[in-house]
Amino acid sequence: MMTGNWKHIIHGFRDGFPIALGYFAVSFSLGIIAAKAGLTSGQGFLTSFFTRASAGEYGTYSLISVRAAYAEIIAMCLVVNLRYMLMSAALSQKIAPGTPWIKRILMACCITDEVFGISIAHPGYTPPSYMYAAALLSTLFWASGCAIGITAGSLLPQHVVTALSMSLYGMFVAIFIPPARRDRNVLYAVIASFVLSGICAVAPVVSQWSSGMRTVVLTIIISAVAAWLKPIKTNVHGAA
Amino acid sequence: MFMEQHRILIYILLAIVVTNLIRVIPMVFIKGQISNRFVRSFLYYVPYVTLAVMTFPDMILATPTPWPSLIALVIGMIAAWFRLGLLPVAAICCAIVYLMM
Repeated sequence: MMTGNWKHIIHGFRDGFPIALGYFAVSFSLGIIAAKAGLTSGQGFLTSFFTRASAGEYGTYSLISVRAAYAEIIAMCLVVNLRYMLMSAALSQKIAPGTPWIKRILMACCITDEVFGISIAHPGYTPPSYMYAAALLSTLFWASGCAIGITAGSLLPQHVVTALSMSLYGMFVAIFIPPARRDRNVLYAVIASFVLSGICAVAPVVSQWSSGMRTVVLTIIISAVAAWLKPIKTNVHGAA
Repeated sequence: MFMEQHRILIYILLAIVVTNLIRVIPMVFIKGQISNRFVRSFLYYVPYVTLAVMTFPDMILATPTPWPSLIALVIGMIAAWFRLGLLPVAAICCAIVYLMM
């Protein structure tokens, strides 16, 4: 039992490390935005450690910098992070039956785009300790990157900051392309996402929505159509 | 100044509470395995579709002109197709944009 657990923890650190390095670069650029909003590096560390939400934090810092109403922060966090709700539902299917509630809740709190990605890719049921290890390591880098970005970010030239901001998208690409290669239906869904998302960014009315809102609506529509046209094969144990 | 700091702390607290409640609520309410084939399929596609939607066109709007990031996106996708990991793909995207700007 103990040895099995240690194996999962070590695997979690192993898979979490490249995520952690990528996170550091991304949260560094987030730290620059947080600094503009007036956060200290301690506050940035705290926010990043406990939210671990790239797009959500970007929205939070932007709203703080204009001293928005509290209700706006709540609404923005709800919409931009709605995908975590869907990921949590998906993850609930990857947890072994009989796992205690406290472990399920802790695993849910570990969800980020990337940690969710590797946890879903874990063969069979996802061991809690695997997810904890990956989340802990990557979260420490994420929070440190933000704190250091707040302190040091203003010292970097603008084009370096812009180049660093690409790391976020690079990570996204590295997560959705491998399954698209394995499963042609995922590839079609990704192509449809690019096309529709591109159209919605310039289309009248829809382009006026916040990008978080567009993300939520497009995700629900495209995933529903994909699920209707190309349902997955059933009775694959713990594979959804 | 004190009021300012007080306000920032409330913002931070709200963001932390909302972001984590969203993660926990489905986990608490979904008991056992979902047997509905449509729902399972839907949940299978969600993460990939969300990430794809967030990548395009946001990525190519993040640079002053779209070309550097568009090329970074295409090369990054090719690199990921040939099974390069998270960090190499992210580094390639950063390097291309840095060199082209």
